[in-house]
Amino acid sequence: MLASYSTTIWYTIRATGIVALVLLTGTMVLGILTAGRVRSRSWPAFAQADLHKRVSLLAMVFLALHVLTAVVDTYVHVGWASVLVPFASPYRPLWTGLGTVGVDLLAAVAVSSALRQRISARTWRGIHWLAYGSWPVAMAHSLGMGTDASRLWMDALAAACALAVGGALVWRVRDHREAGARAARAGAITRAVGVHGAAPSAAGLTTGPSTSRTGSTRPVSSPPAPTGAVSPVADRNASATRLLEKDRP
Amino acid sequence: MTTRQRVGLRVRVDPVACDAYGYCAELLPERVTLDEWGYPIVDGTPVEAGLVALATRAAAECPRRAVLLEQVLVAR
Amino acid sequence: MSAMTLDANDRLLTVPPRTRSTTDRTPDLAGHLATHGALAVPARDDAHWTAAVWRAVSESGLLGRGGAGFPSAIKWDAVRRGGRRPTVVVNAMEGEPASAKDKVLLAYSPHLVLDGADVAAAAVGASDIVICVADDNGPTAASVTAAIDERARAGMAHRRISVERPPGRYVSGEESALVAWLSNRQALPSLRIDKSVPLAVGRRPVLVHNAETLSQVALIARHGPEWFRRLGTPEAPGSTLVTVSGAVRYPGVLEVELGTPVGDIVGRAGLDGELSGLLLGGYGGAWLDPSHLSTPYAPGPLAAAGATMGVGIVVALPVTSCGIAETARIVRYMAGESAGQCGPCVFGLPAIAEDLEQLAVGRAGAGVLERIERRAAVVDGRGACRHPDGVVRLARTALAVFADDALAHARGRPCAGHRAPSVLAFPAVTTWGRRAS
Repeated sequence: MLASYSTTIWYTIRATGIVALVLLTGTMVLGILTAGRVRSRSWPAFAQADLHKRVSLLAMVFLALHVLTAVVDTYVHVGWASVLVPFASPYRPLWTGLGTVGVDLLAAVAVSSALRQRISARTWRGIHWLAYGSWPVAMAHSLGMGTDASRLWMDALAAACALAVGGALVWRVRDHREAGARAARAGAITRAVGVHGAAPSAAGLTTGPSTSRTGSTRPVSSPPAPTGAVSPVADRNASATRLLEKDRP
Repeated sequence: MTTRQRVGLRVRVDPVACDAYGYCAELLPERVTLDEWGYPIVDGTPVEAGLVALATRAAAECPRRAVLLEQVLVAR
Repeated sequence: MSAMTLDANDRLLTVPPRTRSTTDRTPDLAGHLATHGALAVPARDDAHWTAAVWRAVSESGLLGRGGAGFPSAIKWDAVRRGGRRPTVVVNAMEGEPASAKDKVLLAYSPHLVLDGADVAAAAVGASDIVICVADDNGPTAASVTAAIDERARAGMAHRRISVERPPGRYVSGEESALVAWLSNRQALPSLRIDKSVPLAVGRRPVLVHNAETLSQVALIARHGPEWFRRLGTPEAPGSTLVTVSGAVRYPGVLEVELGTPVGDIVGRAGLDGELSGLLLGGYGGAWLDPSHLSTPYAPGPLAAAGATMGVGIVVALPVTSCGIAETARIVRYMAGESAGQCGPCVFGLPAIAEDLEQLAVGRAGAGVLERIERRAAVVDGRGACRHPDGVVRLARTALAVFADDALAHARGRPCAGHRAPSVLAFPAVTTWGRRAS
């Protein structure tokens, strides 16, 4: 009786963990696509963003179950502290600790998103960047815990997840570069960096008695990651400089 | 004789906050179209009752909170 | 830039007669008092005085001289209802390259402007006065600072008064951008949905006035609204400062009576050669066809002719220049001066500039005129501030006033004038956000 109860819990811990990992992977891929502004006639961008949010909620649910069952389980002692405090578990502190780190990061993302209307856009974005860190941590935790790690199906699953996120990232970086190039070709105003002296216009129009300035490139509306942090404005004295990623007070 | 009036909703976009995500144009094409650079062109006609839910959703879904709903007096 | 007298009616630029060189003029306090007379501004709240000066400014019908032409009395009203002690901000930024009126005013009559600031501050119960001078405008800052020191020594300083140096960019002088800079050191315009709610720094409302407007206030406080209304038209009373440049023999700042025919203003500056068109208002203003030279220089008549008073510039374009090329240069400059906050401005202005440049050199493809018009219509009114609106108006009026030229350019036959040097000035910029000092 005790043995079967213990086994059930044990399987539940592993199962919810794996499902959470898969859902987290799905959330990551959807998040990357959302930031990359993927859209089509039959797949509108707002639906994409909505799906990302819903999958992330589902991932949180399974993660919560995973954490709860892990702590409640008496077979191995993890301790309540380990829910939020990394590396505090007597049982396999390193790998469990990584899991805790993942939970911490995702909890921060979840709380900030719940309070999104109340915090500044830049704060929300900064915290959302943490999500990028949660996925590799979750992967390491899953593989390092070892229970199913050596099984072929687990390896295959982990590889598939890695491929999905890796592929999405590669696509995203390429797309971002292309968007920048497109914008530059369209002649979007761009941040001039140290342009000196007269720069005649592309059409070869000479400029007036004093020198004239034309702009050079700057990042454009497709920001690199979660829904968008770009490097902050480097020069606080640059009054009229503003990247399209901006903070609102 | 005065015309009866009710409070209507008008869609507005804060151009500073807007980052051309385009969700508003997808959700409310009756009032928002996109220019060649992906930024919203807003029709300021008050939203009729049937579209209020979509307009509210457009305001809620905008990642930059750039969609504003303004209350205006509309003739009945 | 030189300042020239009009005649006995001039007021703002009351300088000694032409027998003495204008460089003899010392804008010191004693000279100011001798020319304009003394003005007693109460140090503390004085309801009687406040009511009197409010009435005077209201009855004078004074319109702002910073470009928007907003009635000054209404601005005071809005700020007074703000609740807390306001701050008066003197806008002496003058980011418009073709305008020098505020520089001249503050060089020759800084005390008049400071008087006006005192009057406005006392009228709205302000405790602070902040004078904003562009960071690359050393001479004006020096003149203002010297005048402030003089007043302090003479015991005239009843309020905290300081000089701030926001960056000298085109949009930094825009009202909301200026207030934003005072709040958080970022001179970025913001969307203003309700103009009756005053701008604020923190919780304190801010009254922003152009320097020239305040100098008019100082004179109204001395001489009364009837005196002010003796010049000008009933709708647009008083005098105003105009910077005339381009193909004129005596470019400079003139004080003109509102309602004076545009042609007279150019004539007084000594028109040199045949006119192809006039640029009015600013680089975000409008072109005026030479056939409209009899149009009175006042907001209403100019608007009816498709133009605008703006910040009071008149650039005379000779027939040896090309209106399309000059417009292309202006639009390219203005595109670069965008605050970069709003997509339609960030993307639309350079796109229009590109088309105008190709049109100017006669290498534009088919449909360029239609494309410029279409984009102008799309960009108009979709920014947080009026910057793109002005540029769009300039482009549209250029295509109207220089219509024949535009057609020839579009057909690949540009006029010879496009190779002529520009009659316009564009500031040199070394890095974004910083001017070469």
